[in-house]
Amino acid sequence: MTTIDLSRPPIDTSNPIHWARRNLFSTWYNTLLTLIFGVLGVWLIVGVLVRIFSTDLTILRVNLTNLMVGRYPRDELWRVAVSLVGFAFVIGIAVGYNGRRARLAARQAGVEFTSDGPARILRRFWPGIAIVVAILALTTTITPTLVVLGAFAALVGGYFLGRVLPAGPAIWVWLGLLVAAYGVYAVLSAVPWNSWGGWLVNIFLTIAGIALAFPFGLLLALGRRSSLPAFRTVSVAYIEFIRGVPLVTLLLMGIFVIGFFLPDFLNPANLTRVLIAIVLFEAAYIAEVVRGGLQSVPKGQVEAAQALGLSPWKQMSRIVLPQALRNTIPAMVGQFISLYKDTTLASIVGILELLNVSQAANAQPEFFGQELHLVTLPFVGLLFWAGSFMMSREAGRLERKLGVGER
Amino acid sequence: MTTEPATTPARVPLWRDTRILRAFIQIVGLGVVALIVYVLWFNLTNNLRRQGISTSFDFLRRPGGVNVADAPISAGAPVTRFIWLGIKNTFALALPGIPLLTLIGILVGVGRLSTNWVVAKLSALYVEVLRNTPPLLVIFVAFYVLILPLPTVADPATPLNLFVITNRRLSVPWFESVGANASTLWWVVLGAAVVAYLIARWRTRVNERTGEPHHRVLWSIGFFAVVTVAAWLILGRPVGISVPKPAGRIVEGGLSGLGAYFAVLIALVLYTASHVAEIVRGSILAVPRGQSEAANALALSGFQRLRFVVLPQAMRIAIPPIINQYLNYVKNTSLAIAIGFSEVTLIVFQLIGNGYPAPQLVLLLMGAYLIFSLTISILINLINRRLQLVGR
Repeated sequence: MTTIDLSRPPIDTSNPIHWARRNLFSTWYNTLLTLIFGVLGVWLIVGVLVRIFSTDLTILRVNLTNLMVGRYPRDELWRVAVSLVGFAFVIGIAVGYNGRRARLAARQAGVEFTSDGPARILRRFWPGIAIVVAILALTTTITPTLVVLGAFAALVGGYFLGRVLPAGPAIWVWLGLLVAAYGVYAVLSAVPWNSWGGWLVNIFLTIAGIALAFPFGLLLALGRRSSLPAFRTVSVAYIEFIRGVPLVTLLLMGIFVIGFFLPDFLNPANLTRVLIAIVLFEAAYIAEVVRGGLQSVPKGQVEAAQALGLSPWKQMSRIVLPQALRNTIPAMVGQFISLYKDTTLASIVGILELLNVSQAANAQPEFFGQELHLVTLPFVGLLFWAGSFMMSREAGRLERKLGVGER
Repeated sequence: MTTEPATTPARVPLWRDTRILRAFIQIVGLGVVALIVYVLWFNLTNNLRRQGISTSFDFLRRPGGVNVADAPISAGAPVTRFIWLGIKNTFALALPGIPLLTLIGILVGVGRLSTNWVVAKLSALYVEVLRNTPPLLVIFVAFYVLILPLPTVADPATPLNLFVITNRRLSVPWFESVGANASTLWWVVLGAAVVAYLIARWRTRVNERTGEPHHRVLWSIGFFAVVTVAAWLILGRPVGISVPKPAGRIVEGGLSGLGAYFAVLIALVLYTASHVAEIVRGSILAVPRGQSEAANALALSGFQRLRFVVLPQAMRIAIPPIINQYLNYVKNTSLAIAIGFSEVTLIVFQLIGNGYPAPQLVLLLMGAYLIFSLTISILINLINRRLQLVGR
């Protein structure tokens, strides 16, 4: 039986030695675990650091443009620059506008509104910043840096513009941003899709895939929840079929079979075929995400809408969907991440996306057979990992903010 | 002038009768779907006829003409044999992978909640790195960084003289049938395993009824070992151990697996285990804190608390999503196509390349995965129902 000596102060847990004894060496097996995993961890981290700082990055420097945009014509690269700046501007406006609305809502509710300081922003977005720094560190001319600075200026400018836009009917602002986003795409797509490649394709397939699949997914989810048996059967059959097969088989279908289903005057480019396959695939997954959102709306909401005599269309569009879609945002971000990672599969059917370009770089005569996968794969990995990691943390933040599952 | 009988209510006009409206809108919806299907089908048959491609499945009996490494099959074997071989190779990835990824996933998931700072941080690092990386990239890393730098076939490594390691294939010692009674022995072993399982269940029931120690592991493994060894001796030692030996460019004896196979296996197991770890962590956190505190109050050790109080409750939440991850794992084995391991997707891809009709082949491929997925879905539903029966 131990007695507590009250004449001495309690153990100071902020002391690193005490902390280590409590958390690392409390029992013999804990000590063993600490030693084994400590050695393993140090070996891994040191190994990776040594590798990063001792490798010759020539293969990345030479192929940087290929990795970013593939065979996009070099004379037309200004289109990529312009669309990057335009995209940053649109994002800036959206963020600024959203912040303004949140601020107004907070003022109306009498809550103090706190916005993120620079330190918070750095902590939230460091993986994205790491990508930009890593890419710029590999450039050989000043132009990419200038473009990135321009995009940053557009982001900040858009943010302040968004803050002074009238807070009234939001639909016009969002529609305007949608049109602007299409404009960004239009600038890029003056070059035919067959010449697109690299990271550009991954980003394009992700954004276009989710955006085009969303309406289908919404319809499928409503169909699955519908009381009309015909709609329910068709939706369930489609969703379960797509979720039961791997994306690769759909891509094979896209490349080898979709042509047979179309009249012969339509002969889509390979990227279009891949996009069709991705949209067919994502629609089923988005349907499940939306279904989760629909299920999170309490039944009383529908009953109240019925009691008010709203038509089924208005019940859905004014009462159920606004609440359901708001709740699906975190899961949608999750789906976005998963598609971003899945766009690498396009390389299997010969699309020159980022991973495929990095493999092709290793087959170039001057780099062949030198085990330079050790250089290219980590770089490609960084672009995917940092993007996904940042988005998944943002999704978690949103989830806490929206309080999904807490009300 | 006639008056309407008072018993007949005012009739709702047809276009406002919900029953008719519902029927009408469903007929229209089905009509649209049918029209789309008809147009696609019309185009398909039209295009196939014009290009002279048959819509039948007769090609399944023609020679496949695919080269599959390390497979007892000649290029002239019929297409069906190749598809079966592909399905077998997919299962060869699935069967060892699923228990492995479960084990790693649970260990890492528990490790992330460990009070040991080093273990918790390393587990978190593992999960956050693997979970946010494309599985195809993980496969490439495993193939190009782990497998390809191994010794070449010309100069194999033979650690302990038991294994043969080259970047082409890895070989381990394995059983080898030498006597005529080998198949009898395997049946006896299988039977012994079933009986051993029943014995373990019987001991559990005894323990539950009377409270005496169950020793079920001791009982069942002891029974299994005794029966197996006795049968082996009685049947005249029909099964031996064959140790792999390098012989020129091939390996004799033992069990060999291709380097690409191990790359896919390692990569997908590690990738899927990171998702399982997150599920396990979430489920453990979902177990009410009072349960852990109660276990502490009963003076259970850390291991006992986990094994008898926390994990059984966490697993009830975790099992359906974990089985979903098994499904994802099996679907992801199709990525082996990228580094040339002949599972079913690569075989079908090569058959299409050999000029066999793509629509039928892709349909067969999807059908194979679909049968597997639907079986697993039914399994999830059964388990869910059983867990709910147990639940409070």
